[in-house]
Amino acid sequence: MDLIVANAAGLYCPAGDFTIDPWRPVERAIVTHGHSDHARPGSGVYLCHEDSAPILRHRLGDIRIETLAYGETIERDGVKISLHPAGHVLGSAQVRLEHKNEVWVASGDYKLEADGTCQAFAPLRCDVLITESTFGLPIYKWRPQAELIAEIERWRRANAEEGRASAIGAYPLGKAQRILRWLDPAVGPIVCHGAVEALNDIYRSRGVPLPRTFTTRDRLDRHALSRALVLAPPVALHSSWMRRFGDYSDAFASGWMQVRGNRRRRGVDQGFALSDHADWPGLLQTIEATGARRVFVTHGGVAPLVRYLREKGYDAAAIEADYGDEILEREEAPEDLSAEPTPGDGAP
Amino acid sequence: MKDFAALYHRIDAATSTRHKSEALQDYVRAAIADPARGASAAWAVYFLAGGKPRQMIATKHLWRLALDETGLPDWLIEESYQNVGDLAEMLALLLPPPEATEDLPLDAWMNGRLLALKGMEDEEKYNSLRDWTRRLPAAERLPLFKLITGALRIGVSQRQVVQALSEATGIEPKTMAQRMMGYTQSGRLLVADDFAALIAAETEQKAEGAASGRPYPFFLAHPLQVAVEDMPAALGPIENWLIEWKYDGIRAQYIHRDGQWWLWSRGEELISASYPDLAALSNFVASGTVLDGELVVVGHDPAAGARERAIDAVDDIRPFASLQQRIGRKVLTPKILKELPVALIAYDLLEQDGTDLRPRPQKERRALLASVVAGAYGTAVGRGQDIPLRLSPALRRPDWASLAALREEARGLGAEGMMLKGLNSAYGVGRRKSGPAAEDLWWKWKLNPMSVDAVLIYAQRGHGRRSGVYSDYTFAVWSGPPEDEKRALVPFAKAYSGLTDEEMRQVDANIRRTTIETFGPVRSVKPTMVFELGFEGIAPSKRHKSGVATRFPRMLRWRQDKPVEEADTLEQLQALLPKEATG
Repeated sequence: MDLIVANAAGLYCPAGDFTIDPWRPVERAIVTHGHSDHARPGSGVYLCHEDSAPILRHRLGDIRIETLAYGETIERDGVKISLHPAGHVLGSAQVRLEHKNEVWVASGDYKLEADGTCQAFAPLRCDVLITESTFGLPIYKWRPQAELIAEIERWRRANAEEGRASAIGAYPLGKAQRILRWLDPAVGPIVCHGAVEALNDIYRSRGVPLPRTFTTRDRLDRHALSRALVLAPPVALHSSWMRRFGDYSDAFASGWMQVRGNRRRRGVDQGFALSDHADWPGLLQTIEATGARRVFVTHGGVAPLVRYLREKGYDAAAIEADYGDEILEREEAPEDLSAEPTPGDGAP
Repeated sequence: MKDFAALYHRIDAATSTRHKSEALQDYVRAAIADPARGASAAWAVYFLAGGKPRQMIATKHLWRLALDETGLPDWLIEESYQNVGDLAEMLALLLPPPEATEDLPLDAWMNGRLLALKGMEDEEKYNSLRDWTRRLPAAERLPLFKLITGALRIGVSQRQVVQALSEATGIEPKTMAQRMMGYTQSGRLLVADDFAALIAAETEQKAEGAASGRPYPFFLAHPLQVAVEDMPAALGPIENWLIEWKYDGIRAQYIHRDGQWWLWSRGEELISASYPDLAALSNFVASGTVLDGELVVVGHDPAAGARERAIDAVDDIRPFASLQQRIGRKVLTPKILKELPVALIAYDLLEQDGTDLRPRPQKERRALLASVVAGAYGTAVGRGQDIPLRLSPALRRPDWASLAALREEARGLGAEGMMLKGLNSAYGVGRRKSGPAAEDLWWKWKLNPMSVDAVLIYAQRGHGRRSGVYSDYTFAVWSGPPEDEKRALVPFAKAYSGLTDEEMRQVDANIRRTTIETFGPVRSVKPTMVFELGFEGIAPSKRHKSGVATRFPRMLRWRQDKPVEEADTLEQLQALLPKEATG
């Protein structure tokens, strides 16, 4: 019997009676990270990494949480469970299960490049791997973070020189802090949307160094706003919230921006293909490093990766998540805006 | 290529017209300042203004390049292509990093490499391409592959290019527009002198326009979207307007200067060679004449001379489908010329005795045009010869309401509607967006399109802004009435425009949900969605299973209220065929 099977609630472990990233309420959940398509409300008790706990509380409210440090092991009905860095966002984890001398790893979302805001990913040796494949096509090859950040800085400086703000649409959890971490605060003030700032506070409380940020409550003057770099959830970019900044150039930071059509559909000036997921070479490199001969693929461009792995001699199969099978819908789920201050607050 | 690639990316990233114009001007100024860049700039202007050289490398070589250089299986490359929606962009993303890079100017790419491919054997072409791309800097990949695949579209209009050249040189936009005429025609080999001619000071150039076959920029019409009852308020008295049919042919400028003649299409292609029928015109109109009009296929009656026909006869214009049989034909046999003769329906006189008449009011130009055409007819009749020229008739009605009634007859004449031109207006340049009063513009008042309710049965992912989205659809009508139990859906048209982004998103989701089968890039879907499909024309066709071909089909409306059983039938579609065509 397989250690993990896909059922109506998610990736279920029958031997240990728990579900990884359940999309329906279950008694016992293991949550790989705090993004809303992985951490959903209603379950009895949540097991996650200790850095994920404050994020889950912020998003899901008063829930029962048990935490583990990376590498720490607990046992449930004879199944040894441990969490390991996935490098995706703060507290993100791969789930390693060991039972009767067999090791399974569910990767959760992961990326290979160390981003400086969370512990870096390392592949785990295992017999069976369940990998994500959000960007499971060879057209997705990321440029190094340093290059992309430099590009963002160039764009922002050029805007500031023309007295125009720069607004980046980025996921409030992870992507926003990853950009923020490396920005030069000397260029101009960094203004964060409430939904972003709430997560910044959590990152800071877990010891991640982030530069000084402002919110609209700080009542920056018009001159400061006109040179600001704005970090906001993508949905806020085209909302009235942006009005206070006057003329601005906008951008979206996401792996999807690799393809021009996606950028043009979003209608933003700039697209930065900065992703928190593994690219095609990263997926293949990871699969090889785990030594797994059996691979399940889930999330995103599943079919091509499965077929490719099979042609390479792997025992590969798809696990369909309930998000629909097409990559375009992924990572575009509406983000939590609950921390948004009242509209007009602090507007010049 | 580096400068051009930088310009390409800068324009690509700019969303406001102002930023695009700044980028253009910076490029042009830098090119003027550095004479060594003249040839590069000559090509850059060509591409910016929408020029497209003939395809230099077959698509199969590009696919092979992707296979060889990545070592990936072909199905995975196909899958990548489907997600990117553009071959050039896919290559730019897939190819491994260059081994080494070289900096080669755009003109060296064009004149030294790409245009030189023409005489080569396939294998030699492919090997050259592979070697070049291995040294191609990453930032230059996208523009270069776009250029090679003939898909280089830069988000600027020719008007913006003219404006930028004009700002950078201080030359009048009108003069610059004139200099740009014909610049983008295909098959050219551009050199530094071509750019120098564009930017040369005005005095040196005065006689140049008149001395060559260069056309004037076409004055373009705006769609009139006003209800009949509002037309008096919007347009004023009908007496102030020249009203003509809107012919369904090729807009063209006929030029006769210094004993030579040229015919230019609205797309600024020189098309004289494809329409030798018009050579005879230079026997009947004086040198120093430029006519603006519509090229159409007319009735074929070998016995008839000019004598039997009124100079403004338009009752024998044949449908666009006939003209289509002439377009793009490489070999013109005497049989074709005899069976599908073309004529120019003249509606404006832009030059007479070498004088530019464009600033003169429409009514003056019209009177002069009428006498030019009448004179030509007189000469032809005198010699007992036929003449491939007509005068576009001026339509007269006492008021807008009765004009609207007359417009309904347009389709019977093979016309698309009417043209309204202010009698006191000058002949302008291009399509002016705003500013001038209604009577200074040309208006096209088109008939409502024909339409049927059709069922979406196949879908394909789109390109560009719609890459990855199922946006290109095939539509079908029923082969029989609802009571026919054996009736099936017969595909008859493809359409990809007319939906809002939000509707397209929903349709895309439905397609993914209701897919029956996937054949390569195409999905067949369960028939669940009905659309009102509009089209400008319909003609019998042997190539289509349905037996009809529609012109400019597009989605007018998503009929979410209509079950598929109630979609229209082939019989209802065929009822729209023109009478002469069905006989």
